[in-house]
Amino acid sequence: MIEAIGLTKYYGKTLAVDDLSFTVRPGAVTGFLGPNGSGKSTTMRLILGLDNPSRGSTKVAGHQYAHLTKPLTQVGALLDANWIHPNRSARSHLRFMAASNKIPVSRVDEVLEIVGLSSVAKRAAGKFSLGMKQRLGLAGALLGDPQVLLFDEPVNGLDPEGIFWVRTFMRNLAAQGKTVFVSSHLLSEMALTADHLIVIGRGKLIADSSTEEFIARSTQTSVRVRSPRLPELRSVLGQAGLAFTDADNALIVTGAPTEQIGDLAGAAGITLHELSPQAGSLEEAFIQLTGDSVEYGTSRAVSGQGGFAVQPAAPPAGFGPPLQGPPGAAPPPPQGPAAPLPPAPEGR
Amino acid sequence: MTLLNVERIKLFSTRSPYWCLAAIVFAGFGFATLFGLVDQGNAAIPYLILRGVNLGMSIFMVLAALAITTEYRFGTIRNTFLAVPRRPSVLAAKTLLLALIGGVTGLVVSVGCFYLAKGLAQDPPLPLELSSGDDWRQVAGYGALFDIAGVIAVSVGTIVRQSAGAIAIVLLWPLLFEGLFTLIPTVGPKVGPWLPFTAADKWVSPTNSITDVFQSSTTGPTPVQGLLVFAGAAAVLWVVAVLVLQRRDA
Repeated sequence: MIEAIGLTKYYGKTLAVDDLSFTVRPGAVTGFLGPNGSGKSTTMRLILGLDNPSRGSTKVAGHQYAHLTKPLTQVGALLDANWIHPNRSARSHLRFMAASNKIPVSRVDEVLEIVGLSSVAKRAAGKFSLGMKQRLGLAGALLGDPQVLLFDEPVNGLDPEGIFWVRTFMRNLAAQGKTVFVSSHLLSEMALTADHLIVIGRGKLIADSSTEEFIARSTQTSVRVRSPRLPELRSVLGQAGLAFTDADNALIVTGAPTEQIGDLAGAAGITLHELSPQAGSLEEAFIQLTGDSVEYGTSRAVSGQGGFAVQPAAPPAGFGPPLQGPPGAAPPPPQGPAAPLPPAPEGR
Repeated sequence: MTLLNVERIKLFSTRSPYWCLAAIVFAGFGFATLFGLVDQGNAAIPYLILRGVNLGMSIFMVLAALAITTEYRFGTIRNTFLAVPRRPSVLAAKTLLLALIGGVTGLVVSVGCFYLAKGLAQDPPLPLELSSGDDWRQVAGYGALFDIAGVIAVSVGTIVRQSAGAIAIVLLWPLLFEGLFTLIPTVGPKVGPWLPFTAADKWVSPTNSITDVFQSSTTGPTPVQGLLVFAGAAAVLWVVAVLVLQRRDA
């Protein structure tokens, strides 16, 4: 269990985390999602007592981190795989951490075995590949067999095999009833790993809901319709109460299945040249949700199809208020997937 | 004890302390050999024999400063704070470990160097004996200087966090800053002898002049006062380091 209450952090005058409140529950993988620079790492550092909050508080395993006795046996964290001395062996790295919390040395060899580093345990950690460093970091997090685990971008820089390994690993930990809090800037990755999502942008809470619900609510299908008799089609759709927008010689109809549109056109005797469903992608939804809160941007090419397209369970109602956000979190302006992306400035 | 052990594992699982300790031994015994052999050892008084050990003290301060700055450099300080969120305890353990290592190193190397020079010198200006308390002070006194120097270096390293910056401070402070300070008119000669490293040197200096070899100064602190000034400076720096460490984001 991890709790954040009104968490706020300024670095100088820069607001990194803005009145963030959420709870991370045990027995599930909770994804912590946000674009780069949105305050994910800062939030994790605040939870772990590495940084002091400007306002608000956090509790982990029922206490402030600083008040935990033998914290490694209650909370395990991998924030940065590069936090190792390059000339210190992997085993020595874990040995000093174990000694600090009175964890027996045998446990060091055990976790090295779990992450598959036994054969290189005596080698200097600085010579490890990024994937191996990540594994060493995971071993460090597991050292005290804690009930609460925090991982910051654990799959960054890993190859597909490594990503799969970490994903399975986290799901297993959650299945054992542990609290798993994992940050990522990749929604597609989180969609496969997390049961629950906490989404932030510019340090503010944007959404706090189950992954399923988040995806259903934030992606909606639209239907692209082309016809030689567009004006008539417009009035037919308008009479049926369907929302649509114009897109060069076509209409983008939202909130209606292809069948309904086809039937309406057929009943009115209008020829259709195209009737194709356009699935909103997760990435697109994510960018629209956090678009206003990205601190810097590069132009992104986002395809409306393929990728991690998900069909919503029910006709979505577009973007409402933030899914379960606190009163303080401002909702992003409503935008449909068909709306153009907000202009992304180049560079900072 | 637990935390002391943690710091021991951290320090001795990297290479730099071994190199620094080897350098201290080399500098100490090198100078002692020189003073023992040159001119039949007619300049072989403890103060001069142990100039190499004094240089070794600077090397030891580099070791001690690196013990904390490398933790910042490689981020392992965060792993340490995750394991032990009580930061003052971490610093206390690290300081204590380095003070202990410093004390033992200073003592063993200085006494070893003394006997080496005693064996080599055929014509020392005064008999090389370790009999009176004053004899012991000038030789074994380095044990105390090393452990206080260790506290100073760890504190500076904690405050500065950068290896290069911390090393520059612990090396230039005794060698350059305090040396140049005495050149300031009026204030310099009065305050200069009371600056920490100059005062510390009094602790291992003879109290009387020795013809052609050593000119004792009448101004400045007595040996014991010198040691207390040095220890006081270390205590102040350490408190500042704890306060800074507590308030700062890791």
